[in-house]
Amino acid sequence: MNLLREAFTWLTDPAQWGGPNSLLLLLGQHLMYTALAVAIAAVIAIPAGWAIGHTGRGREIAVAVSGLARAVPSFGLLILLVLLAGVLHKPEAAVITFVLLAIPSILAGAYTGLESIDRKTIDAARAMGMTEREILAKVEIPLGLPLLVGGLRSAILQVAATVTIAAYVNLGGLGLPIITGLNLRRYDMVLGGALLVAALALILELLMALAQKMSVPRGLRSTRAGDRDAPGGHGAGNGNTLELQIDRPVERTRT
Amino acid sequence: MNWILENLDLIGTLALEHLRQSLWAIAAGFLVSLPLGWAAWRYKALRGLVVTGTGLLYTIPSLALLMILPVVTGMSAISEANLIVALTIYALAIMVRCVVDGLDSVDPQTRSAATAMGYGPGRRFAAVELPLAGPVILAGLRVTSVSTISLATVGILVGVTNLGYLFTNGLQRRIIPEVLAGVLAVALIALIIDLLLVLAGRWLMPWTAAQPRRARRARRARNRAPQAVGTR
Repeated sequence: MNLLREAFTWLTDPAQWGGPNSLLLLLGQHLMYTALAVAIAAVIAIPAGWAIGHTGRGREIAVAVSGLARAVPSFGLLILLVLLAGVLHKPEAAVITFVLLAIPSILAGAYTGLESIDRKTIDAARAMGMTEREILAKVEIPLGLPLLVGGLRSAILQVAATVTIAAYVNLGGLGLPIITGLNLRRYDMVLGGALLVAALALILELLMALAQKMSVPRGLRSTRAGDRDAPGGHGAGNGNTLELQIDRPVERTRT
Repeated sequence: MNWILENLDLIGTLALEHLRQSLWAIAAGFLVSLPLGWAAWRYKALRGLVVTGTGLLYTIPSLALLMILPVVTGMSAISEANLIVALTIYALAIMVRCVVDGLDSVDPQTRSAATAMGYGPGRRFAAVELPLAGPVILAGLRVTSVSTISLATVGILVGVTNLGYLFTNGLQRRIIPEVLAGVLAVALIALIIDLLLVLAGRWLMPWTAAQPRRARRARRARNRAPQAVGTR
């Protein structure tokens, strides 16, 4: 417990919050790497996932890719790409690693979102005369949104954790006090950094959980509230699959 | 590729260390998740606490967890035990959830039938509920084993030697094949263990593999002699 007090002393020392290695700067780097990588991955994976979910084609490939991705150690991939890119292109190599790590969960979120929709709903949309484009934009994408946000949530978790390790290849981020502290045997610094990283991860997770709740279309939210009063009511099936599938750590990878 | 061929001994030794550390965590996570998952499934009040609690632990990045755990457990941060405990916590987060889901998937009528036949809670769990929840639990165990094996490499950052050594050593000496060998070895071990789990699942739960065949045979029998099926 003494160490814990020392870690807090280190964390609250104004010296840590100014200068070239200020914790604020490291936090900014950490968030920037995470946001940039997840954004790039989203631009690639979301259209691909929607295409897979809408057409039903290429699903096996997507499943195989995500399964294989889980077996690849992110720490090793990071070092491999950094070495391949050379010292000059280290940040680019790191971002590519993070993007590669973020793609499988976003892809899975996008296509399972569309897959979880009751086929009857889509048939009804088609019967009402909607074009394929309208079905995708007005029915499938809104209904699949919660699972897509869930995929983004896993991706952010995974990337934020890997950015921590990126301090090992001198890329900054909040992992830096942990790595430096380990080398200097300054365990107050190590623990302080670790607590900060853990707090950041928890805050991101809670924010994304909130975003996921809010991404449920309003129409569905009201039927779900109704379900509780009248079990088996209209729309119960859809609400239940959403509730069952949201929030599964099983779909996630971890660093 | 020469580097890999010349250092097969080293890779093999590290792979065995890696496998040993991972298997401890996977086994511990699995064994603890059974009673914990059962309790979370049985007592609604416990469910939110256990599932949310392990879920939140799961969000903490490994490097941070490896440093925070010693404060709680009193172990040395740079010990193998610390790594195994951290990996076990991540394994538990996935497994507990799957055990709860698996028990949820058991048909309540089947459970009632077992109770009616005189099965007490303990025997019913071992003989009826656990086997029926098996496929869901196995799916979770497969995810757990693959992610534990790939995650274990982070141990090298706190000085626990395993295949992660090939990453840090490869970076320091700038030997790309060494890092590549590490990545491939980890992925290969993960896939082999996954395959073994699938085979073990078929052996322990023969009905999951036999079901399509039996259904096909039943369908064929029905087509051949429809009147024979209807009589009973």
